Amino acid sequence: MPDLKRPPQRLNLRPDEEVGAPVVEIRKLWTQFGRTVIHQDLNLDIYDGEILTIVGGSGTGKTVLLRQMLGLERPSQGCVKVFGEDISAASPEQLQDMRNHWGMLFQQGALYSALTVFDNIAFPMRELRALPEDVIRDAVLLKMDMVGLGPEHANKMPSDLSGGMVKRAALARALALEPRLLFLDEPTAGLDPDLSDAFVALIQTLHRELKLTVVMVTHDLDTLFALSSRIAVLAEKHVLAVGPSCDVLRVDHPFIKHFFLGPRGQRALEVLEERQTRDDTESEN
Amino acid sequence: MQIENAPILTIQHADPGSGNAHGGGQSVVASGVWQVHTLSRRGVLKGITRTLAALKHKDTLDWDLSGIERLDHIGAQMFWNAWGKKRPAHLSIDPRQEELFNRIEKASELKLAKHRASPLQWIISLGAGLLNFFEHFKGFVSLIGLVVQDLGRFIRSPRTGPWREISANIYHSGFQALGITAMVGFLIGVVLSYLSSQQLKMFGGDMYLVNILGMSVIRELGPLLAAILVAGRSGSSITAQLGVMRVTEELDAMLVMGVSHGYRLIMPKVVALAISMPLLVVWTDAMALIGGMVSAKIELGLSFRYFLQKLPDAVPVVNYSIGLLKGATFGILIALVSCHFGLRIKPNTESLGHGTTTSVVTAITVVIVADAVYAIIFSGVGF
Repeated sequence: MPDLKRPPQRLNLRPDEEVGAPVVEIRKLWTQFGRTVIHQDLNLDIYDGEILTIVGGSGTGKTVLLRQMLGLERPSQGCVKVFGEDISAASPEQLQDMRNHWGMLFQQGALYSALTVFDNIAFPMRELRALPEDVIRDAVLLKMDMVGLGPEHANKMPSDLSGGMVKRAALARALALEPRLLFLDEPTAGLDPDLSDAFVALIQTLHRELKLTVVMVTHDLDTLFALSSRIAVLAEKHVLAVGPSCDVLRVDHPFIKHFFLGPRGQRALEVLEERQTRDDTESEN
Repeated sequence: MQIENAPILTIQHADPGSGNAHGGGQSVVASGVWQVHTLSRRGVLKGITRTLAALKHKDTLDWDLSGIERLDHIGAQMFWNAWGKKRPAHLSIDPRQEELFNRIEKASELKLAKHRASPLQWIISLGAGLLNFFEHFKGFVSLIGLVVQDLGRFIRSPRTGPWREISANIYHSGFQALGITAMVGFLIGVVLSYLSSQQLKMFGGDMYLVNILGMSVIRELGPLLAAILVAGRSGSSITAQLGVMRVTEELDAMLVMGVSHGYRLIMPKVVALAISMPLLVVWTDAMALIGGMVSAKIELGLSFRYFLQKLPDAVPVVNYSIGLLKGATFGILIALVSCHFGLRIKPNTESLGHGTTTSVVTAITVVIVADAVYAIIFSGVGF
């Protein structure tokens, strides 16, 4: 039985830049469903501009943690601060302000099935009740262009879209109000490898262009290595290790060894290394 | 969260001595945070739109956006639209904003496909409505055929039949409806008895209350009330259940395993309602008559004993059979109609809501039509 009280192994935090105030701050978080304890004394910081990936076996409460950051579920104990405000103590106005600064991509897209793609993306903008309709129209077309959806898809209903297009439309909706913080729940689940690579590239581009902070939950090791600037490993009811992928891989723990260095992990790592050496040689030339 | 500076537009009249001649004397300086959340604050956007609208089509203006703290696509779009969707001649922007405007410039070539209505729209919708009606009719007939086939299979090998489903459906549509049918039946009985006794008193025909009440409740009202309540309760739940099973692909999962929808889902519901509806009719009849008896006792002083003794003479027993037959028919019709609409629900939320409403409305209509048909068929029976 491993020692549950052991603090997470803090690995070198953000080597390139100085550490500012975290965008998301999770302190001493406990989650309990009935008698089952999911999170026990969990601490996690997410910093501005990074892509943090939460990984862990199934049932370790990754999605629950994401929902707690969004205020969709309340932790049993502890606090979650987003943009420096405690989410369970915030006033309705503060909460609304926070909600206008973050976007969430749900696993199944969660597009409103009664609205067209255009109306889905326009929905958060119209909900502000301030923007004129011509600006909304242009802004929606721009967002669709950003995620690679042509204007010919604007009047389609979500049920007429393929899985990849649903994800793109949902991403466009998540980005509608130009959020600072983007939550992604299994962004590449259910996409074929080509589409999944394209989606990863899309998120990378948008992260760079819009200066987003991204919090992501994923099982897909390819996506994980390709996108994350830091990885947080959830196991044994707390954050086992957090840091850049190369540092997390060095942690000596059976779960990490099994998860990353199993046959699937090896393959993903090989691909990643190949890509890095290729990028290095390209940049040298 | 920190307070952010509101977006501000200031119009400056250029100083004639500064040698800034090309701007036509006027320059527009923007500052503050031009992001969607600062723009959408109360009252901010109205002033800005007004200023921007006044500046529209003035090509000689000098625009200075380099003082903006933060700009996003929506803020940039506001400027872009004010410039008439092209860059103005005199524009100074921060290099960081360059990328935003490049993207907007690229996206402004995109056009939304226009939806054009045909002048013959009314003929198209009329034809579509007619075709839709025939399609529903065909679907309904084939559903009846399917249920008859499944019943044949059930009768041939009753041991392997879906007994558990049938019993669960009887419990849900019958037993759980006892409370509501009792309450509605009792109240209608009270009201009917009260109103009739008021009229009968005038003619001195008090004792005929039993005839009026017995005939109308047992032959008409009991079956109809029970059917309307069951259509609202079980009909909607059957449609919604099948609809959600379509949305979550459970129906497809059953087909893939080789389990037929008709045999496992539809036939048990039809059989269950055919059994539970006559029972509910008996229950509703009883409750309505009890309500009538209570009201008659209070209003006219008719004793319970007199009422019960008089009832078999006033209402020939064949009326009771007609009521039960009606109950079974209504039950079958409600189950068929709600299954028909449930299977037609498309996997989206709007279709689910629409399908459930249509199902309940159609079920009640069909029940009343069937009631009228029975009234004609049995017009000479039971008096």
